[in-house]
Amino acid sequence: MELANRKATYKPYAQAIPGAFAIEKLDKAPCRMACPANLNVQGYVQMVKAGKYREAIEIIMRDLPLPGILGRVCPHPCEKSCRRLEVDEAISIRELKRVAADQTDLSEIPVPDVEPKGDKVAIVGSGPAGLSAAYFLALQGYKVSVYESMPEAGGMMRYGIPEHRLPRSVIDREIENLKRYGIEIHTGTAIGKDITLEELRDHGAKAIFLGSGAWKGLKLRIQGEEAEGVYDVTSFLRNVHLGILKKLQGRAVIIGGGHSALDGARVALRLGADEVHIIYRRSLSEMLAEPEEIEEAQNERVKIHFLVAPLKISGENGKVTGIECIRTRLTDPDTTGRRKPVPVEGSEFFIEAEHIIPAIGQEPDLDFLGKDLNLGVSKWNLLTVNPETLQTSVPWIFAGGDAVTGPATVIEAVDAGKKAARYIGKFLQGETLPTEWQEEPPIGTNWVEIRDDEPTLHRMKAPTLPVEKRLFGFDEVNLLADEDTARAEAARCLNCGGCCECYECVKACKAHAVTLETHQQEEQLLTIPVGSVILAPGFAPFDPSRFDTYQYAAFPNVVTSMEFERILSATGPFQGHLSRPSDHQAPAKIAFFQCVGSRDINQCDHAYCSSVCCMYAIKEAVIAKEHAGADLDTAIFFMDMRTHGKDFDRYYNRAKDEAGVRFLRSRIHTIDENPETHDLIFRYADEKGDLKTETFDMIVLSVGLETPEFLVKMADRLNIELDADHFVKTGNFRPVATSRDGIYVCGAFQEPKDIPYSVMESSAAACEAKGDLMAARGTLVQEKTYPKERDVSSEEPRIGVFVCNCGTNIGGIVNVPKVAEYARTLPGVTYVEDNLFTCSQDTQDKIREVIEREGLNRVVVAACTPRTHEPLFQETLRDAGLNKYLFEMANIRNQCSWVHSKEKEEATEKSMDLVRMAVARAQLIQPLPQPTISVDNKALVIGGGIAGMTAALGLADQGYRAYLVEQSKELGGNALKLIDTWQGEDITEHVGQMVKRVTEHALIDVYTESSIKSSDGFVGNFETTISKNGSDISLKHGAVVVAVGAEELRPTEYLYGQDGRVLTHLELDAAIKAESPKVSGAKTAVFIQCVGSREPDRPYCSKVCCTHTVKSALQLKRINPDTDVYVLYRDIRTYGQREALYREARRQGVIFVRYSLEQKPVLEKGTDAVSVTVRDHILGRDILINADLVVLASAIVSRDNGALSQMFKLSLNQDGFFMEAHAKLRPVEFATEGIFLAGMAHYPKPIEESIAQAKAAASRASVVLSKEYITVEGAVSHVNEVLCRGCGKCVDVCPFSAVSLVEREGGKTVAFVQAALCKGCGSCAVACPTGAASIFHYDDQEVLRMVEAALN
Amino acid sequence: MTAENAQNVRGSVMVVGGGIAGMQASLDLADSGFFVHLVEKTPAIGGVMSQLDKTFPTNDCAM
Repeated sequence: MELANRKATYKPYAQAIPGAFAIEKLDKAPCRMACPANLNVQGYVQMVKAGKYREAIEIIMRDLPLPGILGRVCPHPCEKSCRRLEVDEAISIRELKRVAADQTDLSEIPVPDVEPKGDKVAIVGSGPAGLSAAYFLALQGYKVSVYESMPEAGGMMRYGIPEHRLPRSVIDREIENLKRYGIEIHTGTAIGKDITLEELRDHGAKAIFLGSGAWKGLKLRIQGEEAEGVYDVTSFLRNVHLGILKKLQGRAVIIGGGHSALDGARVALRLGADEVHIIYRRSLSEMLAEPEEIEEAQNERVKIHFLVAPLKISGENGKVTGIECIRTRLTDPDTTGRRKPVPVEGSEFFIEAEHIIPAIGQEPDLDFLGKDLNLGVSKWNLLTVNPETLQTSVPWIFAGGDAVTGPATVIEAVDAGKKAARYIGKFLQGETLPTEWQEEPPIGTNWVEIRDDEPTLHRMKAPTLPVEKRLFGFDEVNLLADEDTARAEAARCLNCGGCCECYECVKACKAHAVTLETHQQEEQLLTIPVGSVILAPGFAPFDPSRFDTYQYAAFPNVVTSMEFERILSATGPFQGHLSRPSDHQAPAKIAFFQCVGSRDINQCDHAYCSSVCCMYAIKEAVIAKEHAGADLDTAIFFMDMRTHGKDFDRYYNRAKDEAGVRFLRSRIHTIDENPETHDLIFRYADEKGDLKTETFDMIVLSVGLETPEFLVKMADRLNIELDADHFVKTGNFRPVATSRDGIYVCGAFQEPKDIPYSVMESSAAACEAKGDLMAARGTLVQEKTYPKERDVSSEEPRIGVFVCNCGTNIGGIVNVPKVAEYARTLPGVTYVEDNLFTCSQDTQDKIREVIEREGLNRVVVAACTPRTHEPLFQETLRDAGLNKYLFEMANIRNQCSWVHSKEKEEATEKSMDLVRMAVARAQLIQPLPQPTISVDNKALVIGGGIAGMTAALGLADQGYRAYLVEQSKELGGNALKLIDTWQGEDITEHVGQMVKRVTEHALIDVYTESSIKSSDGFVGNFETTISKNGSDISLKHGAVVVAVGAEELRPTEYLYGQDGRVLTHLELDAAIKAESPKVSGAKTAVFIQCVGSREPDRPYCSKVCCTHTVKSALQLKRINPDTDVYVLYRDIRTYGQREALYREARRQGVIFVRYSLEQKPVLEKGTDAVSVTVRDHILGRDILINADLVVLASAIVSRDNGALSQMFKLSLNQDGFFMEAHAKLRPVEFATEGIFLAGMAHYPKPIEESIAQAKAAASRASVVLSKEYITVEGAVSHVNEVLCRGCGKCVDVCPFSAVSLVEREGGKTVAFVQAALCKGCGSCAVACPTGAASIFHYDDQEVLRMVEAALN
Repeated sequence: MTAENAQNVRGSVMVVGGGIAGMQASLDLADSGFFVHLVEKTPAIGGVMSQLDKTFPTNDCAM
């Protein structure tokens, strides 16, 4: 389904960065490639579509000076290659050219200004070849004279093509137009008779083009050809046009199958012939004339005899009486595919006729050239030329058109003239001409895709003159199509080439960013030396069109989740109104299908789970209900609900219990469509296996993530190893390192994953690269320097106002000059100007110059939003020596031209109001200092588990000292109790190596058996006291990483602690390590999942337990293959590629039984076994398992983080885990600057994710530590201590922990703002009851002055 | 990376892909004193996330 309707010039989305447009150019459209003269067909067809006929003609005239002529007589080879034929019928291209030509006054087309070249060129012949050569030479600046032997110019177009096809007025008009280009045409001047080629040269012609055509009709070479009444078609038509032949009596027979045969026949009818016959020795399909023309001739009662050849012309008294013919048949095609006509013996017959007109071909008459020049002529009596340059054997003479090729089409002659003009130009410039034919680049076929649902539309039919009105004269038969028909026809064009190269954008771009040169930009190959590479190329959503099951390709209302995101989006195709594609109506029922292209080896070879689809489907269902209201029915059909991320289960529960999203565990059977309504009838098997049917308005396919083919190839080129699923192969202990040194990977290219995890990995990859390149840090970047700030304290305000047109974005609505004029009248304003684009680089240079020249000390820009542009203008102020706070913006785009686009006057008034307010405030704003604070480049890492050690190493490897504080005796944390990772790496061994590296690292100081006692300070400057063995140690550092981990819950159910056969995961691992008989002797083992997790008082998933269980189950099978293993679960959450373990466990006979929270398993202690009773949902009855080993997948719970959170002012979530600054975009940072988060202290997670997060924390922390000093913003809060009562309200509301209470001398408690932490949000100023707290740059006076100005 | 290589390393990194991951990696590197070449095949950075409507669990606008 195509939801986008993007033009070739586009911006990916409104807020795209860079905020510039791109032009999509594909391969040249096939119509253009098929045109002998290479006309930009797509371009002019698009212009006709838009009703821009003049622009269409301008495009045509880049390649062809005779649009109206070719719009009538071109045999249009372009139409044969039109891709519209794949849908229905070709675009009527020739007709559209004619419409454009007939609607345009050629004299309005500007003649380009070209520098005259001085040299003269003579053209012989004023047919299409000669006129084109003249035109393109004139465009190069040459002085061109055309010599024509006939009384009027036009050559065969005038003397060969009859008037009913090509009115003389059209020829006259277009030839007359050429004179505007400085072309002189001398008619009635025959070369060889009136003047010779040498004489032309002697008169100053530096080169000559011969376009003398082929005017001599070929003879039939049969008996009787000399009789009166026989004339070749060329001279027949010429004589008619010259007025020599005005009437024809009796019957005429024309011999031939080309255009001229038909022309001769139809002219003969118009001259009054009683009957007109055409005899042609082949059949209809071999005829060279177009079918339309044959049909029109037959309408006019021309009788065409196919498969008939002439034998002899009979005559009496030297006058023709008829022609003897014989029937022919066609042979089978020969090697060239041509079928030869052979006579059928005994089939002779006679046609009585008074006129016989052979139309079997022409050849040039070259007698006029004489012998002196000795021009090369072929055995077919054609001029020989270099095929590429059209240069003859005489260097200064070029030739083209019929004189070289023999009779051909007008458009081919045009191309010859154009080509000759190009090489004559080069010749005259003294360039060396190629000696051989220049091979054209191969025709690419990368064209716009034809939509599956492209509607079938018929080709237009141009009107024709009624037959009964035709034959009395030479009125044009084909009439001009009306505009609506033509424009509708043009709208059928598929725009194959993307950009149609109309260059209208070049005219429209006022900033001159798009030029003819930028249009010519091509792909370039660049070589960039770098120290390291990070691959973050992402994924492709799975394409479900290859599945018949889901009917995605067949039914319009089956969409992918990605398309559904666009449907929901405010910037999407329906502006955020929930609508279904078939009828744009609001759906009442939507189904979501999970695991499309995931967990499926039967159809798509994607065995893995895509990890993110369950969560996004729930989100989409919830958001859809938010859009459409609670009545919308949404149902999610799934196998296992995998909401294993932080706070995801809560969201799942809310979707189910509050939003009313339905969740159905099921298998999809079939989807059918009601062909009338496009509703979808869906059959599925529920958990019990019963087949159900339900009808939905729309189905959303939750498509998985996959690595697209081009990335597989890229990995191959980079020599990066991929795994069987086409994801980059990495180890659990180096989760972002690829198989190649120095190349790192992050995001879904490594394994399908969600946004926060991708963000973590990207920082982790940066950490690795920074470690590798430590020695070169800062060598390729330069710090910008600014001139000294000017002291403006003693100056009166001198305000400069710059009003922006933003192209037409503002200027099209708001009267910008009026706003600028108004600004001049405002107090304090000494300089005003309006700009086309105030943000452009040249305007920045100008503003800087104006500030210096005019001595401005305040700048107001009335343009767009300060959110995007304030920093740019502030930078310009700094470059001009002004403090950046001496700047103010008025947003007259968003607040005026955008929202009041229909009320231009009011928008202008409002713009003036906003400028007045901005100027009023500008008078009060003051320079603010931006103090710098030095940074202590050491870090404190709290927690010595895998996350803490990784963070410490990540920092130390970058050259920063890390203090690693661990409360227990040894480093290693929970990992010391684990056996191996899900990929099978030995954890004990790896952790041992890590501990060794940490303890030996020169830049890591390890403090075991230590705890944090107190901490003070802020980003860059912390001071923390730790307590080790009762003594205090004070540490100074610039950043903190919190990596305190989490712990396994000690269950209070399932006989835990009451029966020795019931173990937790960690206890099982210990037992396996100790080779306990509990394990090796177990005949039946039962794992119970979600022990303590996903319960009402702990509503989160512990993430690691499902994978741990299937891994342990396989371990039990390995230790003793006879052990029966049962897993009692609620949803199996072996996300990502961990799914492979789940599949393997099932393959090895591990039995998985689902239970529900309402009917949890019941354990009873027995002497021989623990009896486990569980309700099986498929069978619908209880099962009893006698187990001798029960393993509880018990929850992971947070440590007691209260003290630490108080000390560093960090938030905890409801479950006691630390809360990151932003769930998606800042997953390793706290809201308080300089403090970072890693590992299970954040949320339960496996080793690879803890390591990624720890490296990410190290990367983020090193951003702080890499700075020598921190610049503090000037627009921060400050407290007037006289007014402050020390109530602490500001301390409570500050989201950045920037305010604290301090005691002053005399015992007064006041609030104190740590400027380094303050973001200037103003919450404290609002909360302050006495007015003691306020914000610099936005104080009451400044704001109130604006209010006053607004009310004035 | 071995010690001898560390002497001649270049302080620049090429990041392939301008989605959320590529942008974050680039920012981390550039903010720490490394020159970044961010390579993106489409005309704008932002990747898939910029096509999403809202993101969970906060239902924030993805833009």
